[in-house]
Amino acid sequence: MNIHAIRAIYLFEMARTWRTLLQSIVSPVISTSLYFVVFGAAIGSRITEIEGISYGAFIVPGLIMLSLLTQSIANASFGIYFPKFTGTIYELLSAPISFVEIVVSYVGAAATKSIILGLIILATAALFVPLRIAHPIWMLVFLVLTSVTFSLFGFIIGIWADGFEKLQIVPLLVITPLTFLGGSFYSINMLPPFWQTVTLFNPVVYLVSGFRWSFYDQADVPIGVSVAMTLVFLSLCIGIVAWMFRTGYKLKS
Amino acid sequence: MRGFLTDSDHPNYATVAADCGINESLPSAERFHKVTNMQPIISISNVSKTYKGGFQALKGIDLDIRRGEIFALLGPNGAGKTTLISIICGIVTASTGKILADGHDIVQDYRAARSKIGLVPQELTTDAFETVFDTVSFSRGLFGKPRNPAHIEKVLRALSLWDKRNNKIMTLSGGMKRRVLIAKALSHEPQILFLDEPTAGVDVELRRDMWNMVRDLRETGVTIILTTHYIEEAEEMADRIGVINGGELILVENKAELMRKLGKKELLLHLDQPLTSIPSSLAAFDLHLRADGHELIYVYDTQSERTGITTLLRGLAEEGVRFRDLETRQSSLEDIFINLVKDRT
Ligand SMILES: Nc1ncnc2c1ncn2[C@@H]1O[C@H](COP(=O)(O)OP(=O)(O)OP(=O)(O)O)[C@@H](O)[C@H]1O
Ligand SMILES: [Mg+2]
Repeated sequence: MNIHAIRAIYLFEMARTWRTLLQSIVSPVISTSLYFVVFGAAIGSRITEIEGISYGAFIVPGLIMLSLLTQSIANASFGIYFPKFTGTIYELLSAPISFVEIVVSYVGAAATKSIILGLIILATAALFVPLRIAHPIWMLVFLVLTSVTFSLFGFIIGIWADGFEKLQIVPLLVITPLTFLGGSFYSINMLPPFWQTVTLFNPVVYLVSGFRWSFYDQADVPIGVSVAMTLVFLSLCIGIVAWMFRTGYKLKS
Repeated sequence: MRGFLTDSDHPNYATVAADCGINESLPSAERFHKVTNMQPIISISNVSKTYKGGFQALKGIDLDIRRGEIFALLGPNGAGKTTLISIICGIVTASTGKILADGHDIVQDYRAARSKIGLVPQELTTDAFETVFDTVSFSRGLFGKPRNPAHIEKVLRALSLWDKRNNKIMTLSGGMKRRVLIAKALSHEPQILFLDEPTAGVDVELRRDMWNMVRDLRETGVTIILTTHYIEEAEEMADRIGVINGGELILVENKAELMRKLGKKELLLHLDQPLTSIPSSLAAFDLHLRADGHELIYVYDTQSERTGITTLLRGLAEEGVRFRDLETRQSSLEDIFINLVKDRT
């Protein structure tokens, strides 16, 4: 195990975070606050409560998930794409470091950043609405699992992408719609039955539902299913990454 | 700019390496004698590379690099030099063949193999926003070595980069970026150093400094493999030279041997009286007149059984051509190289 290398990459990536503090931390916090103003104040005045929870508080888990997904993907994909773009990837490929170590360090750094971000957003939210966390351990489990899973997913996108457009396209065309339609801002029980069924094909639903359960002890889908689906997606990503590295996909000619 | 190593007031790379335990502390001649008997530090057998799309960049390369030598890989654009180096370093996967670096298989035992190798790539690929010190420290960590700011400082000083240690890389000039790449490659004290066209786009002074550094590194026992388009450099620097063209290793030879074997020599005669034309009785010789007929040049092949010098001189005497002085000159590696590549195509 090349601990020094993992440490070097991890710290390098984290240094990038601090250097770009404004866009990595401040801007998600601002946009989350905006969501509170727009959704909480505007819509919340009409929908006062969902399943006994004030609307403002109801959307907190979904908002955190939204940031976790987009930021994990953005960070991890950029982290590995940039060396490919500049050519500095040569050093990574020529170093005595295994693929597992590369993944652990890049994904670890991206996930760390997302987790910090999630906690910051949580703290920001606490300023706007009264929060209650029914299952704090599970809340952390979901936070970490989601960050790791989607950082892995971002890593895959970063390796797959051979241009900045491709880097943007998956988050933009797939993740954002799935998140908005994933019950972040509403309970899927509010949908007509047909759409409820359609929604069950959206993986984000399970994440949001599970996460919200850890806060309010209420879920759209059974909690066990949420955990299982998250693990399935995590395993899928691990499988893809393993395949990419075994074949040298888009990394080595 | 100050020389890397020439300036004895300043720490030089030889001391850097010695302090950091690379030095084998044998006088170079003795060490050279010793090392020639050892197993090769890099052993390449039957390595081919066919890129996706079907282009075959390397065709069955067999090559041993000796411990402690400076090996120059010469070849025209697209010959396959970078491909070969990239395969050894793990950046490109070989289609066939096997490579051992210091006895370690570069695929199965890549950790041991790679930790011994430093690579300065052909392209100037650097980070942009990091500082010089950080990027060099990063490389050391990546290659599995614990932090050692003192070593990084020595490397940076030896490369005249110490003053720039806190500068962001993007603010450096091209030549300085090249030195940052060298510093990165030396950050983990490699035993094998690859320099892929290190002097491309580098001014004369930096180039000279770079060669001094290479020599000093060799003194500390580091094996150096370099590619260059400047044939004088291979001629000046290398112990052995490999010529590669169209993905094939055409020849590998001691530099001196190569020059001796393949070199044509020139015999230059300074004439007493200028000649207007070459006497017809001497038409069979490869003769040229120069300097308004004051100099006569004869090109001959040292390899052939008869050089023809005796006959030529006798013939000149019979024609009554007298000369004040004579000298011989070895043709340069460049001439050899051009001949070799031309013959193959
Ligand atoms: N990734 C790649 N895909 C396809 N072909 C490639 C790739 N990299 C190199 N080649 C081809 O392989 C051949 C050898 O390239 P290589 O870079 O090894 O040459 P070189 O000897 O280093 O040349 P130069 O002196 O110009 O640096 C060239 O014809 C090149 O076009
Ligand atoms: Mg090249």
